[in-house]
Amino acid sequence: MGLEHRAKWRINIYAWLLLLPSLIFLVLFTFYPVLQTVILSFYQADLGSPEPFFNGGDNYRIMLEDDVFWKVLTNNLWFALGTVPTSIALGLAMALFANKALRGKGFVRTAYFYPTVVPMIAVANIWLFIYTPEYGALSHVMEWFGHGGMNWLGDRTNVMFAMIFMVIWKEAGYFMIFYLAGLQNISKELYESASMDGAKPWTVFRRVTFPLLMPTTMFVLIIAFTNSFKLVDHLVIMTKGGPDNASNLLLYYIYETAFSFWDQGMASALTVVMVVILLLVAAIQFFGLDKKIHYN
Amino acid sequence: MFRKITGVAMYGLAALWLFPLVWAFWTAFRPRELAISWTLSPDFTLDNVIKVWNAAPFAQYYLNTFLIVTGVLAVQIVTATLAAYAFAKLRFWGRDALFILFLVQLMVPADILIFPNYNVLRDLSLLDTKLGIMMPYFASAFGVFLLRQTFKTIPHELEEAARMEGCSWWQILWRVYVPLARPTYIAFGLVSVSYHWNNFMWPLIVTNSVENRPLTVGLAIFAQSFETGAQWAEVSAATVMVIFPLLLAFLLFQRQFINSFIHSGVK
Repeated sequence: MGLEHRAKWRINIYAWLLLLPSLIFLVLFTFYPVLQTVILSFYQADLGSPEPFFNGGDNYRIMLEDDVFWKVLTNNLWFALGTVPTSIALGLAMALFANKALRGKGFVRTAYFYPTVVPMIAVANIWLFIYTPEYGALSHVMEWFGHGGMNWLGDRTNVMFAMIFMVIWKEAGYFMIFYLAGLQNISKELYESASMDGAKPWTVFRRVTFPLLMPTTMFVLIIAFTNSFKLVDHLVIMTKGGPDNASNLLLYYIYETAFSFWDQGMASALTVVMVVILLLVAAIQFFGLDKKIHYN
Repeated sequence: MFRKITGVAMYGLAALWLFPLVWAFWTAFRPRELAISWTLSPDFTLDNVIKVWNAAPFAQYYLNTFLIVTGVLAVQIVTATLAAYAFAKLRFWGRDALFILFLVQLMVPADILIFPNYNVLRDLSLLDTKLGIMMPYFASAFGVFLLRQTFKTIPHELEEAARMEGCSWWQILWRVYVPLARPTYIAFGLVSVSYHWNNFMWPLIVTNSVENRPLTVGLAIFAQSFETGAQWAEVSAATVMVIFPLLLAFLLFQRQFINSFIHSGVK
C-alpha cells in the first residue's frame, strides 16, 4: 500500500507543479484583481478622499441612480444584440460558401478573414473616414440615393448602427474560421445519403449541417458575446462615447471613471457589474443551454 | 437560381469586405491634395509614408510591438503546454475544480479588468514597462484548452514507448506531444499574435513612454495629433504602415494558417 500511496502523491505533486506557472498568473491577474475590486467597490476612493474609507453600498446606490450607467448598460445590450447574431450568421454563411469548391475560393476566404488581423485602432481610423460627413465614402454612396447629407457618427441614433456595422465587418470572418473547422468534422456520408434521399439543400442545412454545428455555434456565441463587452478601442478614436453618450459602452465608461475622473471606488463597482454579467452568461451557457458541448 | 443569387451575393460581400482596405491603401499612396477628391488618376506617391515615418518614432513602436508579441507567445506556449499536459494525461486531486478556475479566465478576460490590473501592476512597480504589458496574458486558458484537446487524442502507447526507451518526462513532452500538436500550436500562435498585435486599451493605460509604447498606441496618438479629418493622407499612410506587416504575413501563410486552424481541434 505504501508504494502505491507514494506513487499517487508523486503524480499529484507533479501535476500541480505543471499547473503552477499558469496558476500564478491566473491568480495574479484574474482572481486577485476580481477580489480586490469587490472590496474596493465598498470604499470611497476618489480624488476628494486621500485615504479610502468604507462607505457601505454607497457606490452601488449612486451607480443605480446614475443615468449614464443605465445608458451605457442599455447601449451595451443593443450593441450585443446588433453584433452577435448577425456576425455569427454571416460567419456561418461565409464558411458554407468558402467551403465549397468554387472559383477564387482562397481569394474569397482572404477577403472575409483579413479584418481579423487588422488592429481595431487601425479599423477605427479607416472607418472614421468612411463615415465622415460630406467627404466620406459612405456619404458619396448615399448621394447616389439622394441621402447625401446624413451624419453617421454625430447623430445619436445613427452612431450605434455605424458602430455595429463596423464590428460585424471586423468579426464575421473570424467566426467563419471556427465554422470552417466545424464543417470538417461532419462526415461526407451524411450528405451523400441525404442527396440519395433527394433532400433539398435547405432541408439538408436545417436537418444535418446546422444541428451538427451546434457545438461550434455555442463556442462562437460565447466569444461573440464577450467581445461585445470587450471591444471599445474604436471609441477612443471615433466618438469618445459621444454624442451625449449615445455610443458609450460599459468598458469605456469604466475607463473614463477610473482614468479620467479617478473615481476608483466607482470604477470598481462598475467592474463588478461587468464581471457579474459575464459570469451570469457563462453560467447560463454552462448549466442550461449547453448540454451538447463537452470540454472533456 | 437560388444558388446563383447567393453566389453573386457572397462574391459581392467579399468585394464589400475588401473596400475599406483598398481605400486605405489608395489614400495612403496618393498626393495629399487628392485625398478627398474622387477622381481616378494614376498618381502615386511615397511622400505620405516618408513624412509619417519621420514624424513619429514608428521604428521604435515596431520594435516594441514585436518584442511584446513574441514575449507573450513564448511564455504562453510554455505555461499552456505544461498545464495542458497535466489536464489531459494526469489524474490528480482537485483537477475538476482547477479546470473550472481556468474556464473562468475565458469568461472574465484580463481585458475587462483594466482598472484592477492597473492597480496590481502599480503594486508590482511595473507600470510603463513591456513586462507589465505582457504579464496579464502569460497564462492563457484558451491555449490550455486547445492543447489539452489535442494532447488527449495522442495515444498513450506512444508515451509508454518513449518511457521504455528511457525518456524523461520533459523529453516525452518535447519529443512526442509537442511535435504531434504542431497544427494546434500554429493556430494558437495566429490567434495570440494577431490578438496582441491588435491590443490597445491595456497598453494605452499602462504606458507613457516611447520606449514601451506599441504600434497601436503610437498610431492612436499620431492620428489624434491632427485636427479631425484634415490629414487623411497622413493618417491613412500611418494606418497602412501599422497593418501591413501582419497582413503580409497572413497573406503569405494564409493557407497554412487556415488549415492549421481547421485541423487543430478547434471546435
